[in-house]
Amino acid sequence: MSFASSDSATRQSAGNAITPEDIIASENKAPEDVATYAMYLGDDALILAQRLGYWISRAPEMEEDVALANIAQDQLGHARFLLSYAGSAWGKTEDELAYFRDTHEFYSCRLVEQENGDFGQTIARQLIFATYQYELFSRLVDSKDETLAAVAAKALKEVMYHLDHAAQWTLRLGDGTEESHRRMQEGLYYMWPYVDELFADDDLLRDLADRGIAVLPSTLRESFDQRIQPIIEQATLEIPDVAGAFGGDRSGRFSEHRGHILGEMQVLARQFPGATW
Amino acid sequence: MSTTSIHSDAPVADLDEQRAGQERFDQIIAEDSRIEPSDWMPEGYRKTLVRQMSQHAHSEIIGMQPEANWITRAPSLKRKMILMAKVQDEAGHGLYLYSATETLGVPREELVRQLLDGEAKYSSIFNYPAMTWADVGAIGWLVDGAAIQNQVPLCRASFAPYGRAMVRICKEESFHQRQGWEILYELSHGTPEQKAMAQDAVNRFYGPALQMFGPPDDDSPNSQQSMAWNIKRFSNDELRQRFVDMIVPQAEALGLTLPDPDLKWNEERGHYDFGELDWDEFMSVIKGKGPCNVQRMQHRRAAHENGAWVREAAAAYAEKQARRQQDAADTHLIGA
Repeated sequence: MSFASSDSATRQSAGNAITPEDIIASENKAPEDVATYAMYLGDDALILAQRLGYWISRAPEMEEDVALANIAQDQLGHARFLLSYAGSAWGKTEDELAYFRDTHEFYSCRLVEQENGDFGQTIARQLIFATYQYELFSRLVDSKDETLAAVAAKALKEVMYHLDHAAQWTLRLGDGTEESHRRMQEGLYYMWPYVDELFADDDLLRDLADRGIAVLPSTLRESFDQRIQPIIEQATLEIPDVAGAFGGDRSGRFSEHRGHILGEMQVLARQFPGATW
Repeated sequence: MSTTSIHSDAPVADLDEQRAGQERFDQIIAEDSRIEPSDWMPEGYRKTLVRQMSQHAHSEIIGMQPEANWITRAPSLKRKMILMAKVQDEAGHGLYLYSATETLGVPREELVRQLLDGEAKYSSIFNYPAMTWADVGAIGWLVDGAAIQNQVPLCRASFAPYGRAMVRICKEESFHQRQGWEILYELSHGTPEQKAMAQDAVNRFYGPALQMFGPPDDDSPNSQQSMAWNIKRFSNDELRQRFVDMIVPQAEALGLTLPDPDLKWNEERGHYDFGELDWDEFMSVIKGKGPCNVQRMQHRRAAHENGAWVREAAAAYAEKQARRQQDAADTHLIGA
């Protein structure tokens, strides 16, 4: 089965978009290295969906409950594609990977693991991550792995909206009131130490990028900076003067939050191993 | 300026206008046509609708909470996805209904204030806790099922914006009910522990779901007037009976029982008989003694208060932007 996305991203629009079930049904089994890369990306999306899902019923405005729920669903959708595809390497389902891997077996970056904080911190995390994902998926649509290319094509259109949402709020909070300016600036400060790791390369990424399958993260940094800086400046904010936190290059040093996130997410599934829902 | 009261000595023209308005209103109701917001309507009709529609909106917004409680713990990614979509729909329903209510001249801020100050009510079912995952299923199947039974006739409500909002809401509610039924089906066909969890949830939500139709007809003073105005089409007891008739075979298909020893088919009536509901409990929940009344309001108030600075920022930004555009326009004029 082909996902036929190489010629046009719009073929992966809602309605005829690929589903996780398509990936399971397809003959496209991920090689183990590609599967690990799919988990890098899928775990980021899953943890972010988990974080954003908590906002639903708690947002500053009802319209924002709807918007954050939308973004959370998009991220969860990406996670489902990517983990389904990753699982094909080892005969595992998306749920086996999401619910039955332990903390040290996840690959999520520390940025998405950061606490929601106030709305300013959540928007800061969204702005950084959506900008990164936009640059990433813009390039991953050309992956020689047709499943990853198809997922990226679908995700790209969604992430454009996430970026717009985050940018619009960054402007409003940064250039709103004194209090909102202070909170948004603080939000950027809390999240900025975890920017560098988004662009960290490792041997797996270098190898997959050489073969045209993965996007080498370090090659995204310049376009990330060029895209995010004008938004932050227009919002009358500043890029925080804070050192990047070392470690956290998906090699096993993760944030303290991860254990809590997974503890909550996995609790019910693990009470009933093997059950269907 | 006149000092006379409009009640005792209204100008003749106003009285004529009012009489003509009432006649036209009565005619529209008699023809079973629709009232639009710009049409004249009796004050009682307007008040009844504001109360009912805003209560409905509040119920959607408060009703997000018990299910949102399970979003982060949903036991599969597919279920998590569906649940997020469902709770999101509820926020959307609240928004349509607040908008529809605004057409009657009450702004959303005021309606929200009434909710947060405890002046306005919401459906008392949401004052019960969602203790287990199976409760998410029971809420979908029974609570949304009862809501649909109530709301399908409201698509024909005489007040047009309400009816239009209900058409869209009902479509989404039927998806909600189905997802609830599916959750319970999976549980009742799963492990013995899962089935027990499903049965326990149904046992707890059955009675409160039947009470969602309101008190028995003999004890529902406002119903008659609402029916005369074509807002309400069927009585509380009629709707409750339809709901029971619908869920009994569905429960059988689930392999679950309904917690009512008096439930049995009545050949003569062509309906299921069912036992007396606990109306004392119903009244006590309405009066604030439910398991979650305080918690639900605390959650809603916290969201509102924590978001105040964000809403203020959005308003301040919009003002600045408007001023900048005005300045730009002025500069343009001077330049020209």
